[in-house]
Amino acid sequence: MTLMNPLVRPVITDDDGRSEDEKLVTFEARVAAGEKIEPTDWMPDRYRQQLIRMVQNHGNSEIVGALPEREWIPHAPTFKRKLALTAKVQDEVGHAQLLYRVVETLGKPREVIIEELLNGTAKYSNVFNYPPETWADVGIIAWLIDAAAIIRQMLLREGSYGPYSRALKRICYEESFHLKHGHDICVTLATGTQFQRDMLQDALNRWWNPIVGFFGPPDRASVHTDELMRWRVKLKTNDAIRQQFFDQYVPRIWELGLSIPDPELRKDDESGRWLYTEPDWEEFKRVIKGHGPCNAERIAVRRLAHEEGEWVRRALAAAANDQAVPVQ
Amino acid sequence: MDSDTQWVTWEVLHQEKRGDPHVHVGSVHAPNAEMALILAKEQFARRQKCVNLWVVPTVAIVSMPYDDADIFEAGTDKSYREAWGYKVRERVRAARELDRLDPKEDDAGE
Ligand SMILES: [Fe+2]
Ligand SMILES: [Fe+2]
Repeated sequence: MTLMNPLVRPVITDDDGRSEDEKLVTFEARVAAGEKIEPTDWMPDRYRQQLIRMVQNHGNSEIVGALPEREWIPHAPTFKRKLALTAKVQDEVGHAQLLYRVVETLGKPREVIIEELLNGTAKYSNVFNYPPETWADVGIIAWLIDAAAIIRQMLLREGSYGPYSRALKRICYEESFHLKHGHDICVTLATGTQFQRDMLQDALNRWWNPIVGFFGPPDRASVHTDELMRWRVKLKTNDAIRQQFFDQYVPRIWELGLSIPDPELRKDDESGRWLYTEPDWEEFKRVIKGHGPCNAERIAVRRLAHEEGEWVRRALAAAANDQAVPVQ
Repeated sequence: MDSDTQWVTWEVLHQEKRGDPHVHVGSVHAPNAEMALILAKEQFARRQKCVNLWVVPTVAIVSMPYDDADIFEAGTDKSYREAWGYKVRERVRAARELDRLDPKEDDAGE
């Protein structure tokens, strides 16, 4: 019997001298049977790299996504809203911690992940490069961007990589509070004064396009989708998830008396699909490459937080030499 | 009771299905990790479905004392951070009944 500690450094235990092709056949059969792949299992390098890229991006999005919301904590209109928003920001940062641990099980150390975010080479969800201008933006972000994230995360939870799937179980549970809280803010504004309704409509007008773009470029633009779906790294295509979002949330947005700023948006009776105006994908690319309204600010705030936390890391490193006392 | 006639103990964590979390199920005495795994298998995986076991030396586990339990207690109402703390559907329904909302499309429903 080979003993191992699967959590410290994954050792591939089923690397038994078979050819790569043979191992791939077993791997694909297991995934097709709905089995989870663990850090100690053999996996194709493209699977590992794709998961690292995706989960790292997801973790970064949780951290960076907390930044625009955090700006509003001092300005929340009531004490209860302030508590809830603080709790949400705390959750999001916790999600990043869980996700960075998942990336580590794939062999990429946390120091490298953190460094790549600070030096601007890592990606995160584009939607967080736009500014939250009013309190209504906080409601729209927590309701609709979290809704979009939840739809995607509930699918990914059924994915093939065990550690990611388990982390997402907990994350989805916490997200459900974010969404309710955001919806609650929007209902308050929608049933409030004319000024509040206008503020909500204005927020939706500014956020609608970034939200539609949240699900990523249209399917015709992505190259590797087939393989990623077969390996259950992706569970649905970008367009399919976007359609699911429209199905679930367009009626709820209308229900609040809001209009969606897209004259083309309607459900086509024949195909059952939503027709909509494509977001400007050139602009999307430009923002992702670092030229959006808030990219520089987000990274600068992140870097500041990192520098100001330096003394905590030093104190922890010193504490690592102290002995913890086990209970007996 | 002090006794050194026994081997050290190992805590056993059991995984029922691939992808599930490992769950603590008990402990065994064993002279080393390999024997601990063998004994854990005999004790805890005889008939319950099992795909994997972990063993951890009991001395490696650090626990919070129970008399500190009040630090887990929520001093204040924390419903604001729970999904059930928000009755949004009810609020929307109530607002519609009072005509405080003016749905943009007829098919806007639940
Ligand atoms: Fe999150
Ligand atoms: Fe969230």
